[in-house]
Amino acid sequence: MSNIQDLFKEKLHVINIGTSTFKDDLDLQGTEAIQLDWQPPAGGNMELINALDYFQDNERVVNANKEAISRIKAAHPFLVDIDLAKNVIPGMHSNMILHAGPPIAWENMAGPVQGAIIGALIYEGLANNEEEAKALVVKGEIEFSPCHELSAVGPMAGIVSPSMPVHVVENRTHGNKAYCTVNEGLGKVLRFGAFSEDVIHRLKWIKDVYAKALKKALALSDGIDLKSITAQALHMGDECHNRNKASTSLFYRDITDYFLQTDLDKEQLREVMQFIKNNEHYYLNLSMPACKASLDAGHGIPYSTVVTTMARNGVEFGIRISGLGEQEWFTAPANFVKGLFFPGFSEDDAAPDLGDSAITETMGIGGFAMGGSPAIVQFVGGEVADAIHYSEQMYDITVSENSNYSIPTLDFRGTAFGIDVLKVIETGILPVINTGMASKVAGVGQIGAGIVHPPKECFEKGLMRFYEVYGEGGING
Amino acid sequence: MASIVKVEANAYHDSVTLMSLSGKIKKYDGVEQAVVSMATQMNKELLNNIGLMTQEVQAATENDLIIAVKAVTDERVEEVIGFIESELTAKKSKKEKNGNQPVKTIHAAINAMPEANMAIISVPGEYAAREARQVLKQGIHVMLFSDNVSIEDEKSLKELGREKGLFVMGPDCGTAIINHSGLCFANKVSEGEIGLVAASGTGLQEVTVQIDKLGYGITQAIGTGGRDLHEEIGGIMMLQGLKALEADEKTKVITLISKPPAPKVQEKILAEVKKCQKPVVVCFLDRDAHAVEEAGAIFSPTLIDAARKAVKLVDPEKEMDTEIDEAASNWVKAEQKKLADSQQYIRGLFCGGTLTSEALSLIRDAGLKVKSNVAKKQAEKLSEVHTTTGHTLLDLGDDEFTKGKPHPMIDPTLRNERIVAEAKDPETAVLLLDFELGYGSHEDPVGVSLESLQEAKQIAAQAGRHLPIVAYICGTSKDKQDYQQQERKLEAIGVRVADSNEMATKIATMLVKEVN
Repeated sequence: MSNIQDLFKEKLHVINIGTSTFKDDLDLQGTEAIQLDWQPPAGGNMELINALDYFQDNERVVNANKEAISRIKAAHPFLVDIDLAKNVIPGMHSNMILHAGPPIAWENMAGPVQGAIIGALIYEGLANNEEEAKALVVKGEIEFSPCHELSAVGPMAGIVSPSMPVHVVENRTHGNKAYCTVNEGLGKVLRFGAFSEDVIHRLKWIKDVYAKALKKALALSDGIDLKSITAQALHMGDECHNRNKASTSLFYRDITDYFLQTDLDKEQLREVMQFIKNNEHYYLNLSMPACKASLDAGHGIPYSTVVTTMARNGVEFGIRISGLGEQEWFTAPANFVKGLFFPGFSEDDAAPDLGDSAITETMGIGGFAMGGSPAIVQFVGGEVADAIHYSEQMYDITVSENSNYSIPTLDFRGTAFGIDVLKVIETGILPVINTGMASKVAGVGQIGAGIVHPPKECFEKGLMRFYEVYGEGGING
Repeated sequence: MASIVKVEANAYHDSVTLMSLSGKIKKYDGVEQAVVSMATQMNKELLNNIGLMTQEVQAATENDLIIAVKAVTDERVEEVIGFIESELTAKKSKKEKNGNQPVKTIHAAINAMPEANMAIISVPGEYAAREARQVLKQGIHVMLFSDNVSIEDEKSLKELGREKGLFVMGPDCGTAIINHSGLCFANKVSEGEIGLVAASGTGLQEVTVQIDKLGYGITQAIGTGGRDLHEEIGGIMMLQGLKALEADEKTKVITLISKPPAPKVQEKILAEVKKCQKPVVVCFLDRDAHAVEEAGAIFSPTLIDAARKAVKLVDPEKEMDTEIDEAASNWVKAEQKKLADSQQYIRGLFCGGTLTSEALSLIRDAGLKVKSNVAKKQAEKLSEVHTTTGHTLLDLGDDEFTKGKPHPMIDPTLRNERIVAEAKDPETAVLLLDFELGYGSHEDPVGVSLESLQEAKQIAAQAGRHLPIVAYICGTSKDKQDYQQQERKLEAIGVRVADSNEMATKIATMLVKEVN
């Protein structure tokens, strides 16, 4: 802040917005200047610009966003239980299957999602093979719903069927819960659309052996503090989306003593504990519901433009916005992930962006925290400096920083969180997601990993709807 | 002929970068057409006119970049496209190398530079007011270089600035010198005791340059944008600037510069001038002295006169020559002898708008009938800018000439074609030119014009005529382009270089007056 008389006494410090030749001449004079890499706001779309201008500095929006992020930040998720989906997820029933991303009809689903649904129906005993499963679906016997609409999340295909065990995560600040299945490990797994016998066999083992054991262990605990594990893991090189080595180890350390207090025999104990030890992505299926439980607490604040969901079903990318409806998705065709392929695979083999795991980025970790996870850079391609740049850039599109989740390489700055639709449209900067790539063929599994962005259109549609509801002459405006 | 037309989606580049790139490409041999521009409606039409329209271009939006090249061979097209792409990426990577990552938002810029107190905004007009408003809300002064900002926006921005005690210099403000940093188009001039506020960019450049040439200096040179003294705006920025200079300890003399203001606004300004404790020189081009003098201020009808009077107030002992010196008048006499009977008229080809206005008023005062595209009086207005009759002064920075091209101060090549055309006219007696040096201007304005000037002289010679050329270089010896070298280049081909726009105009006038 500088008024005119101060200006004449101060050193000139210039922000140059526009042609860079003016900055070059300031450099020549030794005048401090910074170049703003300007782009037309909202891609030059006047309708969007008008909506932006209407909400910019609107006190109700500012306050609503503050409220939304303070709820999200205050949320405190604990792992409290594991049980069958139909026993714990409100609204789940015996003919219902949940999937990742925004709503989608069977005939439009991506290959891996269809494959996983076939596997789930076989697992449930509702079908004996692929043909029977498809026939059942075509007959309309099965009701589909996005995980997100039932407080659940699922990586990749994200399939949850009634008798799958799900982690129960409780947000003890606000009392709401979130649910997520147990991570099966890598290779041929249901979440990539595989439904062979060994896949079904493993799922059954998870239900009959693993879940029962974990349930006993959790009953002895006062809940496992997931907020604390995520915060520590971020200081240990995880970003808790694609890299979960540290967090899985921390979880393993916490749960071990409770396992040992159960009545399981030595062989059972070894089997169950090795399952966690051998799966370095175990924590992904805890990180995700922890984020979900926190973000759900920030949904439904009137006038808030904070994004509470980003999710993909392999065909479309969808977002939800705090101030708009629970079932109001803003969707556009999902992008393809750009990154590195495992040997023998190429771009032609990849399915579009898939899974609910972008809930981590919505929470400000995952891709947003990549700058603190140098090891992930090797996996998704690029340089460490790129990762730090991605993390720093995200501050331009978020409401605030989450001091609970800090990044050592950014001098322990809190991660950018509370993605603001207004800022995304204003700057044209899209959230960054680092993610695995699924083969478009069901059952092949993961074929690579990389970086992907949501389509801009999701945010444009969201803002236009927001304006309809809260704008000039709007429904609530 | 081979051609390639490409569209890059979401690849915004500013127009100055793109236009200067287009200029570089034209120098490739065998290139017939080359367009590198954002896909605006105007640029699409341009592509249509040169036969390079494609469906992809038709569907492109203003945020998409068009690269279109037509040349003799496929190889040449490829080569030029490669050059364009490397130039555009080189710019980006350079930006990233010198220091931090590029910032994309005003908030990010302020985070990176918390001391920021001035923003220069030169984005396309339809977005400029929005950016300015955001900057003002952050408590930062604005220099708004962009034009095509609506008068309503200008008013609301200036009211916001006034309320917050912030400068809003512009829109369409080309020149300012704040705390001795030249912003946009400005010359490097000495520090001193004269503070200026001007509604004219080249006017401000000329007055500061002349003050420097007289051996004196300035405190601040504040721009207001050309419309500040229109009735709708009411001179908000000039009044703010005047008050700021009145309060500034270093400023001893104040100088105001503008084209004729709206009468009501003039009244308002002069009422404020009356309250000033410091002496004020008021240069309202083409206005009469009476009202100004009544307000207790000193009136100047021309830019050079404003510079002289301001200097006189700082140093009453200073002696100044205002008449044509002997060397110049000898030159005029010698040139006159070589003129053919048909050669009767001055043809002024200017890059600076207010320099055109000043020349117009001087030639009129000398009793000649003259027309110009900057004229305000009906009788002096040009009906058509592309053909010339009688004494004519053209401001080539006018919109009619600059559509889709850089302003001639950025790239004077725009004027070259006209230099040659005027040389072909048997009635042209003398070419009167200006060259602007300083920040923002072309790195070698004389250099890029030399070939055309020589061609002009040859054309005249082949037709049995001799063509005198008089030029003024608006610049100081401290400017980045090297004044002396620019001057030498002109003198080497026989161009007479004057040390003010006034003097150049007087020499040209003397040349034709005595012929007539």
